[in-house]
Amino acid sequence: MYQEILTRFKQGYRTIKFPEGPLPPLPEHLRGRPLFALDKCAPDCRLCAEVCPVAAIEPATKALDLGKCLFCTDCVQACPAGAISFSRDYRLSVRRREDLLVSVEQQEMVLAAELERRLLKLFGRSLKLRQVSAGGCNACEADVNVLSTIGWDLGRFGIQVVASPRHADGLLITGPVTRNMELALLKTWEAVAEPKVVIVVGACAIAGGPYRGLAEVGDGVQKLPVDLYIPGCPPHPLTILDGLLRLIGRIENRS
Amino acid sequence: MNQQSAKLAAIANGEAISLNEIPFLELLDFQQTISSGVNRGQRVSALFGAATAEPELTFLYVVLADDEENHLHVGRTEVKGASFPSLTPHCPQVHLFEREIAEQFGLKAIGHPWFKPVRYCHSWTGRDAWERPAEAAIQPAVGDFYRVAGEQVHEVAVGPVHAGVIEPGHFRFQCHGEEVMHLEIALGFQHRGVEKALSGGPDARSLHLIETLAGDTTIGHTIAYAQIIEALSHTQKPVRAQALRGIALELERLANHVGDLGALAGDVGFLPTASFCGRIRGEFLNLTAYLCGNRFGRGLVQPGGVGFDLDQRGIEEMLRRIEILRKESSDAINLLWENQSVMARFEDTGRLAETLAVELGIVGPAGRASGLMRDVRYDHPSGIFRFAQMPISTYDSGDVFGRAYVRWMEIQQSIAFIVEQLKNLPAGKVRLLPGALQSETLAVALSEGWRGEICQVALTDAGGRFARYKIVDPSFHNWFALAQVLRNQEISDFPLCNKSFNLSYCGHDL
Repeated sequence: MYQEILTRFKQGYRTIKFPEGPLPPLPEHLRGRPLFALDKCAPDCRLCAEVCPVAAIEPATKALDLGKCLFCTDCVQACPAGAISFSRDYRLSVRRREDLLVSVEQQEMVLAAELERRLLKLFGRSLKLRQVSAGGCNACEADVNVLSTIGWDLGRFGIQVVASPRHADGLLITGPVTRNMELALLKTWEAVAEPKVVIVVGACAIAGGPYRGLAEVGDGVQKLPVDLYIPGCPPHPLTILDGLLRLIGRIENRS
Repeated sequence: MNQQSAKLAAIANGEAISLNEIPFLELLDFQQTISSGVNRGQRVSALFGAATAEPELTFLYVVLADDEENHLHVGRTEVKGASFPSLTPHCPQVHLFEREIAEQFGLKAIGHPWFKPVRYCHSWTGRDAWERPAEAAIQPAVGDFYRVAGEQVHEVAVGPVHAGVIEPGHFRFQCHGEEVMHLEIALGFQHRGVEKALSGGPDARSLHLIETLAGDTTIGHTIAYAQIIEALSHTQKPVRAQALRGIALELERLANHVGDLGALAGDVGFLPTASFCGRIRGEFLNLTAYLCGNRFGRGLVQPGGVGFDLDQRGIEEMLRRIEILRKESSDAINLLWENQSVMARFEDTGRLAETLAVELGIVGPAGRASGLMRDVRYDHPSGIFRFAQMPISTYDSGDVFGRAYVRWMEIQQSIAFIVEQLKNLPAGKVRLLPGALQSETLAVALSEGWRGEICQVALTDAGGRFARYKIVDPSFHNWFALAQVLRNQEISDFPLCNKSFNLSYCGHDL
């Protein structure tokens, strides 16, 4: 018992202060929102669009679909002009799929707004989610899971992952939705009482990720009404937390 | 080398061999060679089919690992028609490989004692081993399950969607009271068609399919993939890149092992270690992110080297952080072994006997906890592990405690390895671009992921594209062991046993 108490003191208090306090330390090379310096592009150069594994870049305008983007470095490596870079902007979550289509000129994304008044009243201080992995690779799942650890302590916002859809206010879905999970996902969604929210996390759940177009998957969540899209492969835990907090009105939408 | 092994071609991990140099054996001879190799202590690392130009003809390839001789043995045979005699009754460790061949190529394994689909998907050939109509959808986990009948016997079904943030799978328990008599695990819910999608590659997507086929093992799988490309294109990878890959592989092991020990503590209600390890695991992921910007190492390992370098300041920062984590994880984890209530739950729970582990071909910490001396880093070293030897950490109890304690020993070895490598990082480039792939060639790559042996095999066509890409995640070998250890256990011990293996659903389902 003495050893447990001593270790408890040594380990210290570890919960981050975000969103009231400072951000947790983020990796130097964090791949946040990608930025294109169009003025550096050679005319008619299409290299970035050609190497993109998921066709997320519109060849002419370089408009980027952040829902498809894997935040990999293929385009950055291929660009001879060094026109593409990753910003450290971790805020990426949106309410509408079309808000993930970002033009080069666009300075700020249309970040997720809070839930409608009735839903906010219900879920703003208590949001119970059932997580469903539908072909996810366990990376999105792991970084959703990490939010429940003492470092992030999701519970302090009233958000909790629960064991049954019957106890949940909504689903948090990861993975490209394999054919073999379609039915189970639909039944889980049906088992959640109305009103309910659907949150999709990661490139796979938004648009199929690297599995887009394969016969065995359904290109992400297509058949359920989605309330929040959190892009990334996988999104950084802070990106996920930021999205969830915006949804329940705990972070002001500055844009 | 004796007569039986001489029938197959011997190659080393990360080597390529021209297809016409791979010995061709008649089917029965091929099977006898596998079976006698296994009887002498070899293991089946991969056994898989490959389509030919003729629909009635399917090639089968085998990769046998000889851990004593530090060699891999490769051979092939052909199956004519729509069936083949099953080898499983004589050699149990091929049981799932034969079911997979049956499912992918529509070949019946005659005499297979448990002949069922693996991933519940349509075959690649139009034939169906279970004669299901081609137009009908295949429902996962629908079909016969092993059943125990009798008074007071009941069945418990769990999944595919089950409690916690976890991937889907279906578990069917046959119970008498609280005691489990048999557990059957039906997977396939995560099947995305990775192997089929890799055919015709490498292309822009290939590396990303490999990175995400089991996302918690991104480094382990991408190292194997990079080795395949390097072997097929004769690319010499820079030694600095090899060291950085080794560091990343051990960071992946650290994050997962620490996370698993925390989760095991949580499963027996010992919250101090559960809380501490939950956070420390994230710090190890942050170290991987420090290397490349992604907590799972996406984009770090690239064919021909690595995508990110580390400068002197970076090396010092990593050393500083890992020294803190060494102390913190040691404090957090050692609480487990000193706590009687934890030890009472860990010891004698979910025991996997050594003989069974050998018979089933169990890999990774699960095998080592049952006394098996097998570790790719030691037995078939490639990359940095040819220069820096990793000792094998084993235990002999085969129970949850053994699997936990092997992880703790490996955590200490991995930290020592990373510190050693960071202090002696070789100079030079970190990447050379690989050229075109050699045509009509087979390459094998093994790497020791945190769950155990990862085996990837590529066959190229006349144009140097992948004609077949085979992936064997360690979970493919090990899921059956979980089912076995549940026998005669309390059903309430399932979460603990399950976590002590912590197998991958997506790595199995591909």
